[in-house]
Amino acid sequence: MIGSAFGVLFDGFAYGMLLFVLSVGLSVTLGMMNFVNLAHCSFAMLGGFVTVSLTNELGWPFLASLPVAFASAALVSVAFERLLYRRLYGASELDQCLLTIGIVFASVAVAAYIYGTIQQPLSLPAYLRGSVSIFGHSFGVYRLFLIGVSIVITAVLVAALEYTRFGAQVRAAVDNQRMARGLGIDVDRVFAVTFALGSGLAGLGGALAIEIVGLDHAFAFTYLIYVLIVVSVGGLGSIGGSFLAASLLGISDMAGKYYFPELGAFLIYFVMVALLMWRPLGLFGKR
Amino acid sequence: MASTLSEPQRHLEAQIRWHPLEIAFWLATLLPFVLTPNYLVLASQIAITALFALSLDLILGYAGIISLGHAAYFGFGSYTAGLIAKWGWGEPLTGLLIAAAAAGALGYATSFIIARFRHLALIMITLGLGLLLAEAANSAGWLTGGADGLQGVRMWKLLGLFQFDLYGTAAYTYSLIVLFLGFLLARRLINSPFGLALRGIRENAVRMPAIGAASPAHIRKVFTIAAVMAGIAGALLAQTTETVSLETLSFQRSADVLVILILGGAGRLYGGIIGAIIYMVARDQFSGINPQYWYFWIGMLLIAVVMFLPNGILGGMARLVRLERRAA
Repeated sequence: MIGSAFGVLFDGFAYGMLLFVLSVGLSVTLGMMNFVNLAHCSFAMLGGFVTVSLTNELGWPFLASLPVAFASAALVSVAFERLLYRRLYGASELDQCLLTIGIVFASVAVAAYIYGTIQQPLSLPAYLRGSVSIFGHSFGVYRLFLIGVSIVITAVLVAALEYTRFGAQVRAAVDNQRMARGLGIDVDRVFAVTFALGSGLAGLGGALAIEIVGLDHAFAFTYLIYVLIVVSVGGLGSIGGSFLAASLLGISDMAGKYYFPELGAFLIYFVMVALLMWRPLGLFGKR
Repeated sequence: MASTLSEPQRHLEAQIRWHPLEIAFWLATLLPFVLTPNYLVLASQIAITALFALSLDLILGYAGIISLGHAAYFGFGSYTAGLIAKWGWGEPLTGLLIAAAAAGALGYATSFIIARFRHLALIMITLGLGLLLAEAANSAGWLTGGADGLQGVRMWKLLGLFQFDLYGTAAYTYSLIVLFLGFLLARRLINSPFGLALRGIRENAVRMPAIGAASPAHIRKVFTIAAVMAGIAGALLAQTTETVSLETLSFQRSADVLVILILGGAGRLYGGIIGAIIYMVARDQFSGINPQYWYFWIGMLLIAVVMFLPNGILGGMARLVRLERRAA
């Protein structure tokens, strides 16, 4: 019992870290521009398919495909931002929702057209497969890798936000956009870069997710809900909040599936609604 | 214009008069009986979808409450009507009323939550409530049949005379009459002072309480009415198709009805109806090709509507008419 609880905790935490990588970009961009980007997971899906194509078709090593997944998601998202998103910054939430739902619909259809509607296979290199035994508990190597990557990303993000000039501009723009503009910060440019980085991280998350949750054409829809839960529970623009919310969600989802399989996803939706009713701005939301 | 606006009563009276185009439209809804008798099943589906879209229009188009989980009330009404018939009471009209009451009760209960929140939290809470109910129905397989859908729904004859059959004559007549009654109710509602108050909430949610309007009470009221209407639409679907599937509660259905309403034009009485006609007919025509590709065009359409037709098809047409008049 204790052993299984520990295993659930570990798997849930690894899953939560995956959700964190997927959602942290959305949290920051939503906090900065108040732009409801429901197409965030479409960029994640793009990253996943880039990795699948590179490793399966061209025989690239898995690790080498990850930076490409990041870069392609970032580049494509910038194109969308320039072409479509920026026209709707002042528009109503409804318009933003609709535009981005439209992008989700279209991206799901394009993915189904190119890759079909099956789960995509991915063969991991040998050194990421299997499990290791530490203090009598066995840990999946890939999950350890995932947790390691996520902690590095979190550390880099926090350091970049706290100690660089660009990070200070981002924080200023999230806290008070008008004041930041007044101080001469080019908020639009800061936003475009942040948006690209956030979508790139989503693309990386999509690539990392294949081994854990699989990848098919509907990824953009399925994980949208999880990402939105993380963002709204964690609070907009808060990296720490997203980290905590993603861990909570990952662990409770895993525990729910393990101990109450008949309830399905009921538990996490219930937790989300209850948390939002208690704190509409999320655990760490300021506005 | 200014003189009518300064006299709200006169403005409302002018609005409530029937335009000849409206009468022509409702007469045209009878045409399928004569022109396309083979498509009456589709016609009844359109009428049901239109009623659902109309109910979303009341809260989204008029009161400005964004809901990504409106299918919850549709599905709840659908399952209520289906279960009553399955348990041996297959009389359609009373089944419809019971389903309406059940959906209304659910709507009233949740309206207390809805009235408290706005913005992203509201979107997320409506989404969460919808998913919650869908998961509950999925888990309660003993009651709802789970993923297989509710089997064994047997309806009695409508008024003891008309059988729901494969041709859909009774189904379309029934759905059309209910849609028209729902439309009359919605029309009366939005052309009343209450309807004006709703539009006030949509335009400026902060100012309304400041001028003494009971905004939360208004929101609760309209949300309950919309839930009743969505429940009736769901019940109609259950009764005319004699089956209920989990899809009636799904996020997909909530998103579809949103697309339909936006396409037609939110905040206009006929927006949902026109949107439902175009959407359902197009889907029927394209049903031969893979549904995946259908969603590609829906996605493109949504992007185009948001970018170029902010008020939907009806809004675009109204703008054209205005431009014509100015040119003339």
